[in-house]
Amino acid sequence: MATVRLSFSPAPVHVRTARLVGVAVARRAGVREDLLDEVRLAIGEACTRAVALHRQYGVPDPVLVEMSDSGAYAVRVVDRAPIEAGIGLAALDADQLANESLTDEALTTGVGFALLAGFVEDLQVRPVEEGVGTEVRMVWPIGR
Amino acid sequence: MELSLATRTVGEHTVLEVGGEVDVYTAPRLRERLLELIDGGARHVVVDLGRVDFLDSTGLGVLVGALKRLRTAGGSFALVCDKEPLLKIFRITALDQVFPLHPTVDAAVGADSTGPGA
Repeated sequence: MATVRLSFSPAPVHVRTARLVGVAVARRAGVREDLLDEVRLAIGEACTRAVALHRQYGVPDPVLVEMSDSGAYAVRVVDRAPIEAGIGLAALDADQLANESLTDEALTTGVGFALLAGFVEDLQVRPVEEGVGTEVRMVWPIGR
Repeated sequence: MELSLATRTVGEHTVLEVGGEVDVYTAPRLRERLLELIDGGARHVVVDLGRVDFLDSTGLGVLVGALKRLRTAGGSFALVCDKEPLLKIFRITALDQVFPLHPTVDAAVGADSTGPGA
């Protein structure tokens, strides 16, 4: 089992680095080429969510991304924000998306979750086992 | 790939060609440029995503913001996109029902001048 860990300061500029590393490890692990765009997008969304939460709650701690390839390609994105974890957001429909009263933040969050749920079949959002924070766990098959 | 932005005019339409990656880091620049165009009087805006190779929820949020702003101002807003991976993003988020999406700039400009604005 190979594991790669990346932790980065909660700044938007580093999200791209996390995407690049995530896709490089996925390719190395044997994830099918046609899934790599989805891997890239999903890791980006999970990291964007974590960075936004750290900034919203003034948490300076780093965001952790852990990638492992034991049997499948599993990616954990861990934040340290003091919120109730959960993916309890219903997808926004077209009318809600175009509604003038929907804030930019709510729209981006809703769209981000729609992308995660739409692109990752095996997706979990849950509290971390120790301390404060949530983890987004995504798994893709390795198709050798 | 860094974000690239270039503007040109086609008839009454302002076409913003976007290239590279639109994400949480670069999306604020796209937002600024769109605001500059709209504040500068552009009322019919077409954003050409033909050279975009990555688009995330932050970028989509900026595009929705521009759509709403132009609609309030009595203008129109359309997107040009013919890449399947990007089109899939619009379908999954239901934003394909919010934006007028066209395969080419000509189609976007033509649709806009023959029908009601978005």
